[in-house]
Amino acid sequence: MSFDYSTSIAGSVFSNPIFTASGCAASGRELAQFFSLKELGAIVTKSIMLKARSGRDTPRMAETPSGMLNSIGLQGPGIDKFIEEDLSWLISSGAKVVVSIAGESVDEYGALARRLRGIKGISAIEVNISCPNVENRGQVFACHPASARAVIESVRINLGGEYPIIAKLSPDVTDITLIAEEVINAGADGLALINTLLGMVINPKTLKPHLGGKTGGLSGPAIRPVAVRTIFQVHAKFPKIPILGMGGVSSGSDALELIAAGASAVSIGTASFGDPYATIKIGKELQELLISHNFPSLADAVGIAHDR
Amino acid sequence: MISINQRAVTSEGKILSNRKIGAYHHIIIEIEGIAEGAKPGNFIAISVGGVESNMPLRRIFAIYRSKAQSKYGSIVEIIVAESGKGSAWLTRQIEGSTLYITGPLGTSFPIPADPINVAIIGGGYGAAPLFDLAETLKNKGCRVDALIGAATSAKIFAPLEGKRTVNSITITTEDGSAGKKGRITDVLEDLLKENQIELIYSCGPMGMLKAVHEIAERLSIAHQISVEESMACGIGICMTCVLPIRGDDGIVRMLRSCIDGPVIDGEKLIWSEGIPPETLGRHL
Ligand SMILES: Cc1cc2nc3c(=O)[nH]c(=O)nc-3n(C[C@H](O)[C@H](O)[C@H](O)COP(=O)(O)OP(=O)(O)OC[C@H]3O[C@@H](n4cnc5c(N)ncnc54)[C@H](O)[C@@H]3O)c2cc1C
Ligand SMILES: Cc1cc2nc3c(=O)[nH]c(=O)nc-3n(C[C@H](O)[C@H](O)[C@H](O)COP(=O)(O)O)c2cc1C
Ligand code: FES
Repeated sequence: MSFDYSTSIAGSVFSNPIFTASGCAASGRELAQFFSLKELGAIVTKSIMLKARSGRDTPRMAETPSGMLNSIGLQGPGIDKFIEEDLSWLISSGAKVVVSIAGESVDEYGALARRLRGIKGISAIEVNISCPNVENRGQVFACHPASARAVIESVRINLGGEYPIIAKLSPDVTDITLIAEEVINAGADGLALINTLLGMVINPKTLKPHLGGKTGGLSGPAIRPVAVRTIFQVHAKFPKIPILGMGGVSSGSDALELIAAGASAVSIGTASFGDPYATIKIGKELQELLISHNFPSLADAVGIAHDR
Repeated sequence: MISINQRAVTSEGKILSNRKIGAYHHIIIEIEGIAEGAKPGNFIAISVGGVESNMPLRRIFAIYRSKAQSKYGSIVEIIVAESGKGSAWLTRQIEGSTLYITGPLGTSFPIPADPINVAIIGGGYGAAPLFDLAETLKNKGCRVDALIGAATSAKIFAPLEGKRTVNSITITTEDGSAGKKGRITDVLEDLLKENQIELIYSCGPMGMLKAVHEIAERLSIAHQISVEESMACGIGICMTCVLPIRGDDGIVRMLRSCIDGPVIDGEKLIWSEGIPPETLGRHL
């Protein structure tokens, strides 16, 4: 009997559960010189906004113990240029594509969803309502149940059911299951857990904040236990909602932890900065581990930690 | 604009030698596939800290020299200044140690079609990638004058072979411990005029590049710079290493210095602190 490595998120099927993480693979082309993007479960594109955006001041990163802070600030070309240049290239490359969107208002999310309708080759829309790199933390929609719900409703109405909606949440809240409940009720088909945690580094010599944007998002192995906990809590409460897990995965064993906690697929972010082939390596290791645990399929391992 | 270095490979190398020269470490690495595609100005990204490392990001180093078919196989050489933990780890690695490297990455120095008079200007370890460039330029028939500066003599990188390649070499140190006392810019203008320089290549800290550019611009001399921005990935996927650059369409965009650089036309860089107001999509 052969092992079934495929996964599905709200009706979209992927050949394997290893995706890139939004903002950690640009628009895919940059990694394509190293391997065929078809080897990945999917490419999740950098969160795109309605208009072109320059992002925040430099320096935009600081390495921290087993992690890093970034304050990119959603730099990008804007949705029209993205569709014309990046998305069309990605789709023609044969890769599975999840498009990540980010807006400054509920209406902007709706407008982005509308622009994406009718494009063949999109597997899902990831709605980034949790980017910590905005000037006003009040804009982090995923920190407030009402605004989280409003964004997802707007996206759902404007997408007209064309693609599954994955809501990407922030771990920087008191009870993430409350936010999850709101977005599920608003029509999210799946959840992406977790975005970066808000952090800060001060240069000990100058005593000034190191990042141009002062605060930044913490990612990498340092946040993995937070990701595992978050996925576990949300899966316990909503076992039927598929989860795209992420946060500090850099080996097959790390990925298996997230899957056992309840993730149906795993995005790789920071690990690709340290090794362009991280996604491919992790994908192979995870498959071997699942087989050595005698799982007949990936699906059989999802959420297994809840039963043991 | 996307100009990813299509020749980049990721592989495992072995340290053949690690010697201290002045304040720096000269590390020679045997590795397949990098020298084969490398051009002067390209860089490599090295994993640091070993398998249990708590440093997830690679460290970036300019290629000093590379050779595809040396008697030791394919080799790449770098000059490492100890800065923080990652570079310190690298300087401690002994002969025979394994390194994981991606490269060659980034843009390379454009080579003029005609044999013209050029100057190479290096600040500190920024001089490292310029000597291989000088050799290429000499082979093209160019006259090459070198100007190397640093705070002190231990930080002057001017290897003997490099000195032989160039037509003249001028050294400046801020403390006067080697060459002329002062800064590169104290002697630059005279050097450019005396040798009728038509093109400048410079590599070093941003402050130095800016000071050189002011002079180049005033004298209407073309100026290719190699910038050093903080990089998390080196391969164009994270957007940390951006600089404001004016495109051929006249629009200023924040471009990634790891794939649209590190070598950039000085004319196209917007030499301002922070994100210039005219940048596309500036919202702050
Ligand atoms: C194109 C390019 C060429 C370079 N060539 C050389 C060279 O030939 N010789 C040499 O000694 N150094 C070179 N550097 C600088 C070198 O990359 C940094 O000194 C080094 O990354 C510092 O790492 P660390 O762990 O010692 O310091 P840390 O401060 O601990 O580094 C923390 C993080 O910040 C990044 N970082 C910190 N400083 C720099 C910097 N100046 N540039 C880029 N990233 C930085 C590191 O990659 C790391 O991810 C070059 C940098 C660039 C961008
Ligand atoms: C440089 C950088 C840029 C990111 N940009 C985005 C983004 O545009 N949209 C988004 O939803 N998440 C973004 N993220 C968050 C990642 O997608 C991911 O949720 C997080 O980094 C945790 O995964 P990791 O530890 O594997 O990196 C970014 C992360 C990093 C490090
Ligand atoms: S260092 Fe990551 S995009 Fe340049």
